[in-house]
Amino acid sequence: MAQSPAHGTDHHDHHAAGHHDPQDLKLLGFWMFLVTDVIMFGTLFATFMVLRGNTDGSITGAEVLEMNGIIISTFLLLTSSFTSGVAVLAMNQNKVKQMIIWLVITGLLGAAFLGLEVTEFIHLVHEGATLQTSAYWSAFFTLVGTHGVHVAVGLFWMIAIIIQIVRRGLNSDTRGKVTVFSLYWHFLDAVWIFLLSIVYLMEVM
Amino acid sequence: MADHNNTHNSHGGERHEHGSIKSYIIGYIISIVLTIIPLVVVLNDMMGRTATIAVIMVTAALQFLVQLIFFMHVRDGEQPRWNLITLVFGILVLLTVVIGSIWIMGNNQIGTRM
Repeated sequence: MAQSPAHGTDHHDHHAAGHHDPQDLKLLGFWMFLVTDVIMFGTLFATFMVLRGNTDGSITGAEVLEMNGIIISTFLLLTSSFTSGVAVLAMNQNKVKQMIIWLVITGLLGAAFLGLEVTEFIHLVHEGATLQTSAYWSAFFTLVGTHGVHVAVGLFWMIAIIIQIVRRGLNSDTRGKVTVFSLYWHFLDAVWIFLLSIVYLMEVM
Repeated sequence: MADHNNTHNSHGGERHEHGSIKSYIIGYIISIVLTIIPLVVVLNDMMGRTATIAVIMVTAALQFLVQLIFFMHVRDGEQPRWNLITLVFGILVLLTVVIGSIWIMGNNQIGTRM
């Protein structure tokens, strides 16, 4: 990259960062945040796996977890990860309208995912599985809920980015934000794969 | 760093090392296949307990790799790949925490019924 002509043109405005582009550093910084998030989810997964047998003689996951909703959620989130990538591709070709349409589709899929998750939690609480029922359900709601909160935060964040792009258009700043958002969204899909595998599939098998 | 080309280059689309629509579609299709395999195995009770766990974990790990390579472009970027180094460190901590917790609590008599 140091030899690329594009790099030379914005060389003047970042003495402190050496030969790095500020947007590159922002992306690396965000990547490091994601790695710390990986470790946080790791501790929650570890807690869940240690406590998964401790149901206190009460309801177990295998009795009340509904796989149909989970399978639909999985494909919703997987598709939204794909569409957020397509939005970045449209951005790279300077197709602002297309990019916003793909981001909106991503957001709608994410909102549908969240809706299904809330429906699932309400169903579980009606079945008598709450945060206080047993160590198993405490670990379950903390782990799945933390992922859900990440998705919800991502939705608000994406709406803010769209508003900013509608107002200011695409520049190096807003481009960086869309790139970072799509990275975050792919990460959430990656976490969900492990939720599906460890929390759901291993419970109902 | 993974996506660094498009952050300051308005013509990022022409760079071969960055994701194309083709690579996203390939990644998407592989992800769907890797999701369906464990679902079919689990919901039809096709294998024994150990084999099922193995299928679930292997397909999950592969799908994680697909996300990293096809969607998050972890292979792109200049050398040294600080993003990759950070990720490897994070995964090392993650595995230590997860495997260590399960191991130590599995050997703890007042701990859990694993």
